[in-house]
Amino acid sequence: MFRSHVLICGGTGCTSSGSLKIYEKLQEEIDKNGLSKEVQVVKTGCFGLCANGPIMIVYPEGTFYSMVNVEDIPEIVSEHLLKGRIVTRLVYQETVEENGIKSLNETDFYKKQHRVALRNCGVINPENIDEYIGRDGYQALGKVLTEMTPEEVIQCILDSGLRGRGGGGFPTGRKWQLARNIVPNADQKYVCCNADEGDPGAFMDRSVLEGDPHVVLEAMAIAGYAIGANQGYIYVRAEYPIAVQRLEIAIKQAREYGLLGKNIFGTDFSFDIGLRLGAGAFVCGEETALMTSIEGNRGEPRPRPPFPAEKGLFQKPTILNNVETYANIPQIILKGAEWFASMGTEKSKGTKVFALGGKINNTGLVEIPMGTTLRTVIEEIGGGIPNGKKFKAAQTGGPSGGCIPAEHMDIAIDYDNLIAIGSMMGSGGLIVMDEDNCMVDIAKFFLEFTVDESCGKCTPCRIGTKRMYEILDKITKGKATLEDLDRLEELCYHVKANSLCGLGQTAPNPVLSTLRYFRDEYIAHIVEKRCPAGVCKDLLSYEIQADKCKGCTACARVCPAGAISGSVKNPHTIDKSKCLKCGACIEKCRFGAIIKK
Amino acid sequence: MENVTIKINGVETTVPAGTTILEAAHMANIEIPTLCFMKDINAIGACRICMVEANEGRGSRLVASCVYPVSPNMEVFTNTPRVLETRKRTLELMLSTHDRNCLSCVRSGNCELQKLAKDLGVEDAGIYDGVSNHYEIDDSAAHMTRDNNKCILCRRCVAACGVTQTIGVIGANERGFKTYIGSAFDMGLGETSCVSCGQCIAVCPTGALAEKDSTAEVLAAIADPSKHVIVQTAPAVRAGLGECFGYPIGTDVEGKMAAALRRLGFDKVFDTDFGADLTIMEEGTEFIERLQNGGKLPMITSCSPGWIKFCEHYYPDMIDNLSSCKSPQQMFGAIAKSYYAEKMGIDPKDMVVVSVMPCTAKKFEIGRDDQAANGVPDVDIALTTRELGRMIQRAGINFQALPDEEFDLPLGLSSGAGVIFGATGGVMEAALRTVVEVLENKELPSLDFHEVRGLDGIKEATYNVAGTEVKLAVASGLSNARALLDKVNAGEADYHFIEIMGCPGGCINGGGQPQVSPAERNFGDYRAKRASVLYNNDAAKAVRKSHENAGIKELYDTYLEKPGSHKAHQLLHTSYVKRSIN
Repeated sequence: MFRSHVLICGGTGCTSSGSLKIYEKLQEEIDKNGLSKEVQVVKTGCFGLCANGPIMIVYPEGTFYSMVNVEDIPEIVSEHLLKGRIVTRLVYQETVEENGIKSLNETDFYKKQHRVALRNCGVINPENIDEYIGRDGYQALGKVLTEMTPEEVIQCILDSGLRGRGGGGFPTGRKWQLARNIVPNADQKYVCCNADEGDPGAFMDRSVLEGDPHVVLEAMAIAGYAIGANQGYIYVRAEYPIAVQRLEIAIKQAREYGLLGKNIFGTDFSFDIGLRLGAGAFVCGEETALMTSIEGNRGEPRPRPPFPAEKGLFQKPTILNNVETYANIPQIILKGAEWFASMGTEKSKGTKVFALGGKINNTGLVEIPMGTTLRTVIEEIGGGIPNGKKFKAAQTGGPSGGCIPAEHMDIAIDYDNLIAIGSMMGSGGLIVMDEDNCMVDIAKFFLEFTVDESCGKCTPCRIGTKRMYEILDKITKGKATLEDLDRLEELCYHVKANSLCGLGQTAPNPVLSTLRYFRDEYIAHIVEKRCPAGVCKDLLSYEIQADKCKGCTACARVCPAGAISGSVKNPHTIDKSKCLKCGACIEKCRFGAIIKK
Repeated sequence: MENVTIKINGVETTVPAGTTILEAAHMANIEIPTLCFMKDINAIGACRICMVEANEGRGSRLVASCVYPVSPNMEVFTNTPRVLETRKRTLELMLSTHDRNCLSCVRSGNCELQKLAKDLGVEDAGIYDGVSNHYEIDDSAAHMTRDNNKCILCRRCVAACGVTQTIGVIGANERGFKTYIGSAFDMGLGETSCVSCGQCIAVCPTGALAEKDSTAEVLAAIADPSKHVIVQTAPAVRAGLGECFGYPIGTDVEGKMAAALRRLGFDKVFDTDFGADLTIMEEGTEFIERLQNGGKLPMITSCSPGWIKFCEHYYPDMIDNLSSCKSPQQMFGAIAKSYYAEKMGIDPKDMVVVSVMPCTAKKFEIGRDDQAANGVPDVDIALTTRELGRMIQRAGINFQALPDEEFDLPLGLSSGAGVIFGATGGVMEAALRTVVEVLENKELPSLDFHEVRGLDGIKEATYNVAGTEVKLAVASGLSNARALLDKVNAGEADYHFIEIMGCPGGCINGGGQPQVSPAERNFGDYRAKRASVLYNNDAAKAVRKSHENAGIKELYDTYLEKPGSHKAHQLLHTSYVKRSIN
């Protein structure tokens, strides 16, 4: 028995800010202080509050140290672990109270969250199957194999109301039911897991895989039992090395424990899982492209129908679910469909994980009950916008989604509401934009992404998105006409209605939704040749206000283009023909004399 | 199979379940334009030209008719303003990346993209112009060029190469707007194990793929008074050339072709059928020799240079199974530059032998090693049927008004056996007519071997010839050849004699034949129509057996002595090399 447990985040965010070095230092200091039999250090998955990483929690107290440095470790060990004195200076400040430390769960970031899919992330050591089992792991699999028929499993998932967390929101139970029944006497079926998370700024699935890989394996085995498949594949991006490594470890351990392989739990049911690494093409997150890639071909989508439930991987009935969808399954089986259905809205049950990014204080990973308002997510959980700036829009659904303006901040987040306002749930990326973001520029950013990631198979996506991008580029450079805007809209609807797969069909959404809510910004660029947010370089000019300039020469010295001239103690001027509009002079000026307009 | 009733443009129609909208519409006499679609070979739904509105009870939406199956009570509209507008816009997007230099394009006049632009009412082909990709022309292969500036990425060539022929040396490189068709690691086509069959060219809707044009060389040779320029035409050319001049598919234009060639200025107009008859004499003799003396069996025909190259790359261990006979084209050339040259008193160096072939691999074949029996190449220039069509047009010859004329003697004499070489099974049938008579030493009661006729990819037959059960197989198209050879290698079949043609259906569907329309390719029977030209031509001939061709008899009597003689081997046989896969 250990007196204390130190949990240190080994997720990607904290790892990249040095948590592995902290982990090593911690072990070293604990050994040095002779505490190795009293204190156990556990490397876990993501805690969610990535903005404050590297993160470390000491139990039983529940002390939450944030932004820890290697240099802080000797102090934490000698003070806290040896002498029992919390190093208040290093504790996450929101938890520090006059007479002690409050629980993490009472902080703004955590108190409105409800962790179902992420329940083990930041709690267990993902590389140790015993810790997963200690948290009821593989009990659900045992239950379905020994107490439930496949039909009962499917009914349970149907009743729970679980919908696909990859973005489409198709009822998971319905998908399983189709795959079980549509082809009678199929000789082979497959269960696939879509871990090809690719939206810019999204890392929900990555965190689940890194923090709780066994939950995915267990759920896939349950799915295999439900539809009658004995083989599963996880398609995961090769750029997720930690996730890949932990999945490999998890699969190996599960096989050793007989939880994957032949005759699981002594039943007739056999199931195994293979890993397939994707090379990072965004389109391979599309289900048919993903399966084409697993088959060993160039990752390109194929027409549907036939749908994967009928002819999927290797032309066999297949289900493909997203990581987060799977992460909900064992809990639904153990706690019941009713429990799950009690969370959320009428048509969107359970919780949803979001990766918060952009102009928000608490960048990180959050899991909220469906139906939580956008305002709660941004202002309370996310801690609001930095630097007192004004909220402008939230982008959900990545390159397939849209922008939600301030007027819809009180909307309850669920699948149908987001679609009704021109965005979509997507896989859970949530990027916050403030008044300094230009919405035309944002649309252009997402479109550039889809142009790059289009597979090139169908004409509308291959050429249409490129032409749309070119028009957006013209707009941001002040070279477009109102006719160009008409053509842009025309192309949006054309690409949407004619593209072969979801990538192309949703590619125009960022443009359409910004046109819907921020058309005035487009018009300002086109008609007034002005970027209201002051982002589009070609539409900006920099000027030095003579009355404010003290002639300190700081701007002239920092200008990389030599565009600023003037003598000491006299007002300076900017040669617009040389100015690169990099903004370095504004940052340097201590007198607020330089303006861009 | 159960049936499904749907409405197309308001009219009820009943089709088998599983039928696509495109096929259902075709059955109801409504043609929907297509670009990327090739029935059974390329159903990828990529180009989005065949969009129609379909309503399955959840509102009308645009779907790709080539891959979308009908469902009960579905309502389909193929010509609403929305459909026509959407097709036009997709086409306009395509045109924005297409090199629209139609005036100088080899496909001008029979380009599918050009026709669509006209049919769909494109007014401003440059309406969506923007950044474009610029590609170097790949002319590394002996037989063809690829100009990706004209490619619309329909991927029909990729399917022809990978699916029809199971070669797969081309595919999509890069992605998105930068996607282009090419070979792995950007190898030039000439560096790959491409077999030169030209099926990619035959299915290309635009001028992106074309044979290397040798017409200027031919015109220059004809204009050179020091050269004796003769031409030979393969059997299948007479079954396809008419299509270049508006004749229905399946019109025999042998007589007009001979007349046109004469008017182009060739010194002599001969027939490759003569070479085909000669091939039968040599190959038949070789087969009897192998059969009776324990030679390597099965013996496989060697007329099709695409097949030969395929065998060398992909089945190098089987090159000893190949007949050592040169192809009819090359036999003809070797005889022209020896027997005919001596007869006419012409130095072979002053002769130019031009061949007109339904084939692009013939352009590769003329440059092979061991194809220059007289110290000069057996054949100097190989043209495709399409190139001849263009030459005739360019020369201002009114093809339709030409009289029917005969080939010149002596190398224009042929039997019916020679002419059926152009259809799959033809070489086998021609060989049987001779081999059976030689072995049984009596005249055949019927010359028609129906078991080896027809367009099936693989055909098998067994004939009792002089007391021996001779097992035969015929394959056309390289996917079928592969299947057949794998069976042989697995020990599942023990044929004695196999005919293989590189192109599906044989030379009548060769890579050098005129391109046919998508509707004809997908739903028509153009191969059967062309083949019927050859079988009708054969049936009408007085001499239908190679060994009864008077010109052939005279050749052996006065020059070669007998089939398989030393001299015959010197002139008419060749060797093969093992090649690697790239």
